Amino acid sequence: MLFKTRNFDAAPVALQARNLTVSLPETPGNPQVLKSIDVTIRQGETVCLVGESGSGKSVTSLAIMGLLPEALKVASGTIALQGRDLLPLSQAQMRELRAARVAMIFQEPMTALNPVLRIGDQIMEVMELHTDLPLAERRRRALAIMEQVHLPDVDRIFRSYPHQLSGGQRQRIMIAMALVLEPVLLIADEPTTALDVTTQKQILSLIDELQQKHGTAVLFITHDMGVVAEIADTVYVMKHGEIVEHGPVETLLRHPRADYTRKLLSAVPSLSPRDARVVADDTVLRVEALNKVYGGGGILKSLPQAHAAKDVAFTLSRGRTLGIVGESGSGKSTVARCIMRLIDPTSGRIMLDGTDIADLSRRALRPHRQKLQVVFQDPMRSLNPRWTIAESLIEGPLNYGTPRREALAEAARLMGVVGLPEDALARYPHQFSGGQRQRIAIARAVMMRPDVLVADEAVSALDVSVQAQVLDLLDQLQRDLGIAIVFITHDLRVAAQICDEVIVMSRGAVVEHGPAAEVLAAPAHAYTRALIDAAPGRFWDFHNFRELPKVTHAQPA
Amino acid sequence: MLGYILRRILAVIPVMLLVAVFVFLLLRLTPGDPAAIIAGDMATPAQLERIREAMGLNQPLHIQFVTWLGRLMQGDLGVSLISNTPVSAMIADRMGPTFAIAILTILMSVAMAVPMGVLAAWKHRSGADYAVMTFSVLGFSVPVFVIGYLFILIFSLKLGWFPVQGYTPVGSGLGAFLSNAFLPALTLSTIYIALIARMTRANMLEVLGEDYIRTARAKGAPERTVLFRHALKNAAVPILTVIGSGFALLIGGVVVTETVFNIPGIGRLTVDAILARDYPVIQAMILLTSFLYVLVNLLIDLSYSFFDPRIRY
Amino acid sequence: MSPIPPPTSAMQPVLRALRLPQFGWGSKIAALVLAVIVVLTLLAQWIAPHDPLTMNPLARLKGPIEGHPLGTDNFGRDIFSRVLIGGQLSLIIGIATAVVSVLIGLVIGMVAGFFRTADAIIMRMMDALMAIPSILLAIALVALNGPSVGSVIAAITIPEIPRVVRLVRAVVLAAREEPYVEAAIALGTSMPKILVRHLVPNTLAPLIVQGTYILASAILTEAILSFLGAGVSTETPTWGNIMAEGRMFFRIKPELILYPGLALSLCILSINLLGDAARDMLDPRLKKRAG
Repeated sequence: MLFKTRNFDAAPVALQARNLTVSLPETPGNPQVLKSIDVTIRQGETVCLVGESGSGKSVTSLAIMGLLPEALKVASGTIALQGRDLLPLSQAQMRELRAARVAMIFQEPMTALNPVLRIGDQIMEVMELHTDLPLAERRRRALAIMEQVHLPDVDRIFRSYPHQLSGGQRQRIMIAMALVLEPVLLIADEPTTALDVTTQKQILSLIDELQQKHGTAVLFITHDMGVVAEIADTVYVMKHGEIVEHGPVETLLRHPRADYTRKLLSAVPSLSPRDARVVADDTVLRVEALNKVYGGGGILKSLPQAHAAKDVAFTLSRGRTLGIVGESGSGKSTVARCIMRLIDPTSGRIMLDGTDIADLSRRALRPHRQKLQVVFQDPMRSLNPRWTIAESLIEGPLNYGTPRREALAEAARLMGVVGLPEDALARYPHQFSGGQRQRIAIARAVMMRPDVLVADEAVSALDVSVQAQVLDLLDQLQRDLGIAIVFITHDLRVAAQICDEVIVMSRGAVVEHGPAAEVLAAPAHAYTRALIDAAPGRFWDFHNFRELPKVTHAQPA
Repeated sequence: MLGYILRRILAVIPVMLLVAVFVFLLLRLTPGDPAAIIAGDMATPAQLERIREAMGLNQPLHIQFVTWLGRLMQGDLGVSLISNTPVSAMIADRMGPTFAIAILTILMSVAMAVPMGVLAAWKHRSGADYAVMTFSVLGFSVPVFVIGYLFILIFSLKLGWFPVQGYTPVGSGLGAFLSNAFLPALTLSTIYIALIARMTRANMLEVLGEDYIRTARAKGAPERTVLFRHALKNAAVPILTVIGSGFALLIGGVVVTETVFNIPGIGRLTVDAILARDYPVIQAMILLTSFLYVLVNLLIDLSYSFFDPRIRY
Repeated sequence: MSPIPPPTSAMQPVLRALRLPQFGWGSKIAALVLAVIVVLTLLAQWIAPHDPLTMNPLARLKGPIEGHPLGTDNFGRDIFSRVLIGGQLSLIIGIATAVVSVLIGLVIGMVAGFFRTADAIIMRMMDALMAIPSILLAIALVALNGPSVGSVIAAITIPEIPRVVRLVRAVVLAAREEPYVEAAIALGTSMPKILVRHLVPNTLAPLIVQGTYILASAILTEAILSFLGAGVSTETPTWGNIMAEGRMFFRIKPELILYPGLALSLCILSINLLGDAARDMLDPRLKKRAG
């Protein structure tokens, strides 16, 4: 079975929003954030609300909870929970419904729990607020629901504070808190976006399991088509506050009707690896036995040591892309920062065009810097907000003695290459979108004519359609200029799409290293296999609206 | 936990030592002959020599420091140039009223400022918020002695509710103490309340925007629970911090307030010492209040872990 | 691709802050009051109806009378003239303190924020300096160096420096983690250049705000020093000195304290209000009063 194919036509309606319009009454022009949307969720059904940032999907969930920020107001429409309209209810009446009838979990499990209250107290608080259960019973039920969300050692966690738990455990606590009173509807707003893929997989199957057990209706908000393919019964696609299309998951993925849906699906990178390019023999970067150890020492108490990178080694030749893939804490960014010499490696060699730059002093490093450029993850912070784009672009060339006029001319030319108008040079970063800023950051790196470009999660903060454009740009630049790219990512799809070669890292160590086609299609290491297995929607070729031709699974070596 | 306390205490020692060095150097590094500065322009050579002798100014600097620090450790703060009595005895004599009023001030300030700040943050941009903010900015802007005289003018001279000046110890009855101490404490409170209310408001506003507050609301918690159970405890650490750093304001305020209300405390002692150029007393007061400040802030540091379980190491 | 808005001029945040219409009515009144106070004190020599130092034993402690709109003090000097002149020195001391402490604090803070080796030592020294109650430290400094204007400025400046250092250091520490600073390192920009071109501008907005707060608190401290007898020499009329002299006659003539007190409070109040407005404008994240 590829998709869920349950039929809910006979099930009673849990929640129905009709003609729901939400606007910003205090903003000039009274813009509408939600434009007359209709959503129906039936008992036991999982409805996915999918869209890119600014589509209004989160506003929809907050409107249902009655938790809209002050600036937003419901202008018209109805939201009926089991037939009862919620909008006319008073604050106090809404409070009674929350958690008891409609519960919600959020994106950031790290910040969603109160850091100064014990886990047990936070779960029991829900019952304290909505029931008259005696303390012993509240405690029993809290422990029971903690068992249900498969938390280990519930007695200890009951007494713990949030900071003592991992992100996945905290999200389980959130789910426990949401479901302890058996609500009719569970709203999950990007509940797995902040989690690693293996944790994401566990949380998704947990939601699925509990939904079947309790018959809860689930409204699942996400931007990730892979997640949609995994868990949705019904999908609503949103764009700019409107629902552009909705339907059963399989129909929607196989036969999308709206142009926007097709565009969104086509932008999802395929998990099937690209064809590797020919190996040129001019090596530009060779890393040998690179180690980075943090900590140790300390004056009054010795700090624990952390081996953030263990014996990392690879070679990269002109015009090729090496992907370093791993979950958070795997050490992939440490490797990137060591190569850039933004941090100093503890030991090892970094041969850049034949020179070992691992131990060079800051001064001795400078001539080599220009061959090695970087693009960071956060497009909002990677450009100096006080500088015009032109100033940012020519900063590097001026450092190496290029005359200002020449640098400006080159900057203007590169604006064209990265697809921005030339007059963008006179503007400031805040006037651009995230994708545009990332293009500018790439242009800034290319200004230096680098041999190697390190892209540290360079497309992770972008919407999927923008992500596709930026990846295309990188590909084009690589072809035109022969730059070698070290691409750090947690996203296997992205890695599959652009990497010739892949390194998989876990806890600072390289667990697998080889051509992308081999590593991704026939993973030899158990960790790599777990990573690939956890990739949501891995059976589906979104780009071509069909299942992937037989997922080739490696036999354990 | 014990390790944390120990480390905090150890970290305080260099700061205290540096304070001592600063205070020591204050006099010695001043351009000119320290003895002449202390004695004033009219001093005879014999008087100068007596002062040099009394303060050990004839010896090399590092020896002076070691001797001075050694005496300090034994509680010897020197001898007053005017009354020739040990400074420590003078201070011990005058400590009572100052502490009584300071404690009353802190209690009154926290009791009023925290609810004000919470209210202002909860009813952000409402009339109540603006009222609290206006009070707060006024508290920062009107000098404490103007407030003191204003209170005397209104509550004592015009309304006759309190005696104009003077002091009665707590030992003579709480009512008598309060009738004298209430106005000075209220005067001292204004700037402290302004500071704490402002900080409470700012931090509550920040905390109220946190994800876990949204979680609490999504649980159906009423506003009272959200504010006091979920928000205030999270805002406690910075509020405590400002109560601690505001302690310096309180010390400055005590000196002024005791002058205005004619209270025989250590603030009054300091002012008399300034007017009489009794440097050993001034120096002792600086040392004492600085150490007190460091200690108060150490205690506040240690109390953080009570409010925030993340601070344990 | 979304449309790109037209180019705008440089120094966005600063320009935005300088565009007065964005200020609320409170700050506009504050600006007006401050302007009136500054103009009146600057022109005091010409506006004042009497010489502030001329005594008149025949008209001592008089209420508002012909030629003396606010009455006279215990030496028969004109209170109105004295309050006008008294503002001059208060403002000069305040401005000098704000400028000097911000400049010194900026340099020390930069060093602390950028050089890890210096950081620990500098910050312990700042901790120690902050532990000494500023009024007492200022009193001691004036007591030792004599009641000149210069020593009063120094005495008020020194206790203010640690606050500026902490602020600058915090901004620098936060900014050097920014990806755009790391990108500049990758672009081969030298450390001094990064400091001046990327990091110093970040401290500008918070320093403007902190500078106004220091201005207000310095004027206040000057008044307190004078009031306690540890300020500039008592013959010079400053707001603090006028009030200090008025203490003796408070029961008979409270105006001796109230008028200069009112002038002083209005001045500080308007500066504080403008500081708050500037803070909200320049950086909404700087909600807390530093220090």
